[in-house]
Amino acid sequence: MTTEIETLQDELLAEVAGAADLAALETTRVATLGKKGRITAQMKGLGKMDPDARREAGASLNKVKNVVAEAIEARRLSLHEAELEARLATEGIDVTLPVRQQTQGRIHPVSQVMDEIAAIFADMGFTIAEGPDIEDDFHNFTALNIPPEHPARQMQDTFYLPQREDGMPMVLRTHTSPVQIRTMQDNPPPHRIVVPGRTYRSDSDQTHTPMFHQIEGLVIDRDIHMGHLKGTLEAFCQAFFEVDNVRFRFRPSYFPFTEPSAEVDIGCSYEGGKLRIGKGDDWLEILGCGMVNPRVLENCGLDASEWQGFAWGMGIDRIAMLKYGIPDLRAFFDSDIRWLHHYGFVPLDVPTMSGGLSR
Amino acid sequence: MKFTLSWLKDHLETDATLVEITDKLTAIGLELEEVEDRATDLAPFTVGYVIEAKQHPNADRLRVCIVDTGEARIQVVCGAPNAHTGMKGVFAPPGTTIPGNGMLLKPSNIRGEDSNGMLCSEREMGLSDEHDGIIELADDAPIGAPFAQIMGLDDPVIDINVTPNKQDCLGIRGIARDLAAAGMGTLKPLDATPVEGSYDSPINVELNFAEGYEAACSCFLGRHFRGLTNGPSPDWLRRRLTAIGLRPISALVDMTNFITYDLGRPLHVFDAGKVNGNIQARMATAGETFLALDGKDYELDGEITVIADQKAAEAIGGVMGGEASGCTEETTEMFLEAALFDAHRTAATGRRLGIESDARYRFERGVDPAMARPGIEIATRLVLEMCGGEASHTVLAGTLDVPAKVVAFRPARVTELIGIDVDETEQRKILSDLGFGIADGEDNWQVTAPTWRTDIDGEADIVEEVARIAGFDRIVSTPLPRLSHTAKPALSLSQRRQPSAKRALAVRGMMECITWSFMPRRFAELFGGGTDDMLLANPISSELDAMRPSMLGNLILAVGRNGDRGFDDVALFEVGPQFRDATPKGQDFVAAGLRRGRDNHRHWAETPRAVDAYDAKADALAVLEAIGAPTASLQIAAEAPGWYHPGRSAVMRLGPKNVLAAFGEVHPRILDRMDVTGPMVAFEVFIDNAPLPKAKANRNRTELLVSDLPSVHRDFAFVVDEAVTADSVIRAAKGADKAFIGDVNVFDIYAGKGIEDGQKSVAITARLEPKDATLTDPEIEAIATKIVAAVAEATGAVLRG
Repeated sequence: MTTEIETLQDELLAEVAGAADLAALETTRVATLGKKGRITAQMKGLGKMDPDARREAGASLNKVKNVVAEAIEARRLSLHEAELEARLATEGIDVTLPVRQQTQGRIHPVSQVMDEIAAIFADMGFTIAEGPDIEDDFHNFTALNIPPEHPARQMQDTFYLPQREDGMPMVLRTHTSPVQIRTMQDNPPPHRIVVPGRTYRSDSDQTHTPMFHQIEGLVIDRDIHMGHLKGTLEAFCQAFFEVDNVRFRFRPSYFPFTEPSAEVDIGCSYEGGKLRIGKGDDWLEILGCGMVNPRVLENCGLDASEWQGFAWGMGIDRIAMLKYGIPDLRAFFDSDIRWLHHYGFVPLDVPTMSGGLSR
Repeated sequence: MKFTLSWLKDHLETDATLVEITDKLTAIGLELEEVEDRATDLAPFTVGYVIEAKQHPNADRLRVCIVDTGEARIQVVCGAPNAHTGMKGVFAPPGTTIPGNGMLLKPSNIRGEDSNGMLCSEREMGLSDEHDGIIELADDAPIGAPFAQIMGLDDPVIDINVTPNKQDCLGIRGIARDLAAAGMGTLKPLDATPVEGSYDSPINVELNFAEGYEAACSCFLGRHFRGLTNGPSPDWLRRRLTAIGLRPISALVDMTNFITYDLGRPLHVFDAGKVNGNIQARMATAGETFLALDGKDYELDGEITVIADQKAAEAIGGVMGGEASGCTEETTEMFLEAALFDAHRTAATGRRLGIESDARYRFERGVDPAMARPGIEIATRLVLEMCGGEASHTVLAGTLDVPAKVVAFRPARVTELIGIDVDETEQRKILSDLGFGIADGEDNWQVTAPTWRTDIDGEADIVEEVARIAGFDRIVSTPLPRLSHTAKPALSLSQRRQPSAKRALAVRGMMECITWSFMPRRFAELFGGGTDDMLLANPISSELDAMRPSMLGNLILAVGRNGDRGFDDVALFEVGPQFRDATPKGQDFVAAGLRRGRDNHRHWAETPRAVDAYDAKADALAVLEAIGAPTASLQIAAEAPGWYHPGRSAVMRLGPKNVLAAFGEVHPRILDRMDVTGPMVAFEVFIDNAPLPKAKANRNRTELLVSDLPSVHRDFAFVVDEAVTADSVIRAAKGADKAFIGDVNVFDIYAGKGIEDGQKSVAITARLEPKDATLTDPEIEAIATKIVAAVAEATGAVLRG
């Protein structure tokens, strides 16, 4: 390579290195490798040389051309990077600003707990049954072995509606038990149902509201005994309260529609004023239950010598309060959005047995 | 039902401790409510002897006492004027909490003198309001003895909850019998030896009932007494009655209360001097008035049983005696009544007249019909003991015979129903301890219920008796047999709709509420309800007296309450029942919601906007989608109910009649009447009206047919009459060439400058989907022309120039 060509290469490389930005670099490129560029001009000069000189000079020029082209490309990349860096350096945002709002509503705790209950009992082979809130006296009382003037009617403060034309008193159901009657009247045994729903009693104070929610269970089959009742309720309470073990106490009690009847206490503790289910030495009454009274079976047209089973009922609002530590029953029905937001559930938290009932 | 431990032990021979007894009570169905054990509560208080009481050197009104507690001599500064040397008082050491005022005693120094305890007044002991001085005990009170024992306060008071079927345990003897059967001791025999009368009763008794009313009072046993001295009853009786919360009145009245609680047998005592002639049980006459012992006048009617003399009613049978013939301290002649009143009639009478009494409570649950005779004999002995005098022969109307109730019982049923093993020997013992008679039948036992078990109805009751006494703790938890290997759905298709609707609305930012099923009548009327047939006969208040005809009313009130708390922008919904009529079939499940204010908070990047009817429409559509309603087939018609704004509302229906939803702005007049600030938008989805999808043979979806070729969008701006609905433009455009036209959307509505009055511009964008080959410009042009023509034909639109 001649000195002249070496000098050219040095000059060109210096120009490339000196290009301050992409535009200057492009100017350099055109001035070097363009149609009228210095290397192109040199190339054109080759034709006037003799073959040997031409070959040698050609090779040298080509080499210079490649070296310079590489240098331009390298310089271009580094200038590009620098420009990008410089631009990005001016493009900051305040990442702490609040995001655009997408309000999410809440599911009421009673609805959530109903879904939890449905998930548990579905797993045990139950189906959900429903019935009307406005009931006749027959389904709410008489068929359940609560005749007029029976003292048990005084255990419940009943809301009455105007009598039906045939003289049948109409009531707001005081319990979900009339659905037992409707189920047994309308479908042949065996039965395995749970009945969630609104119930009404004319009671209003710190711990009672005129409307509340109950869940009723009914199992009718041939060989069902009170041990199955205990097993079912234990399984439910363990699943619902999400504890491995619960202590249970069955106490004899009285309901006209079951015989024998029991009230069920669940083991709990009140450490530091906080109720905990499943631990401790205290007892908390959570439900009433029993073996379905043969009179009730007969009132529904079932042969009590062939069919038997159990029923239970408990307060949904109450077990929701117990599980989620919600203090005041009356607030359930007040629709205060702060309460709903705090105690409610996000809609995508659908309780399942596979994924768990709650987070 | 309250009783004391010593009273229980009148009937029960037992070594069991208090805790063993109370635990057993709960275990056999006599649930313990409370034990008040004053001996434990008052344990720190003992008898102290005041060796010396001298004037405090630095305080005129204080004395410095040296008290002998039996263990030590302790200096106490005392302010009571009656503190004096040689007296015996109630001493409390430091560390004691004073029952009357909750004060914790600490060693102290009062004006230079140490005081290490206290001598107490009756008020400080929580015994009375007496606080003029400290308690002075009898001179023979042993120094150091527990105060509770000296005062007879060491008898624990037990309160149990007696279920309506266990009326036998409304007498302490019944409780003792249950406890004895459950292994807590032995039931003592009841001494009901007849007391010989010494003369014939000058008052006779008769049952005077018209046909059909005989059951009102089936038996009346009476006895006359003379030469009585009625006065305060003896200490033991006063103490027992006081312990269970009854006020001692006089020996004769206290005696009836005692027998009521002791044996569960209500009695009544008449002042025989105030009775005119013979006594009869009869139905009251309509309009008859009666002054009862509670000092109130009652108007009676022909369904109420009374005990009357020749002139007037003297008692409401089984409920309450009368003022006129009540016994007083002056009573010297008395007539004792042990009658048997019908349970249902007693309940009805008591409820109608609003009278609660111990007698009513027992008669309406069923009093042991065989207890009249023993009751009257035991009462006689008590009266003669306490008041002297003499008793007549008894007089009887009706019959004392009690028909036996026999139940066929198979011992195997205990295992079959309860799942526990109780062998026949144990079963026999339990039943006989409870008073049941057992005769062996062919393949069962013939079990005779004791007269006091008026609740026994059938075999299941006998099973319960065995199980209850054997112990429910023997029940072994048993899993239910599985019906299928994997669980099936618990909810039917229609039942799934409610939770689906709830979650769809919550996802849209709405809060789920649960409001009352009832509402104020005046508001129910605004929503087409509040008719007489939908009113509660006994509402809890006038604010909750009508069944709700729509859920919106209560939701509007809820929005108002949130507004009162400073939350103006709210979105609430409820999924629940509303009521068309007062029958079991008159109930519909509805999802309803309300929005008020802006759709969001003020935000740096977005400007919140006021909610409008289209938000409510979107809510309604979200529910309809979630419950699987055929939204594509819905027709929209401006036929919303009257509680919506007439120009800004509509219904969505299937065909001409089946309305699935209504939505729109709430009528301003409704909000005015309810005094809640608007505007507000609302929707109601009538879940039950949406048809259920047809049952499918399999779960296969239809095949997806799409092209990989690019689709293109074309925009059109039409000028139409103001009255032309966007829906008609969209439908016309979509129908122009179904093979190629996909979505059509409205992206602009404009009226104003450049558009003639009475007209508007509707701009739509249509997506054109190629099938086999990319759409060419002429093809696109042809489709566009069809769209313009179709919209023009359907709506009179012209393409905007």
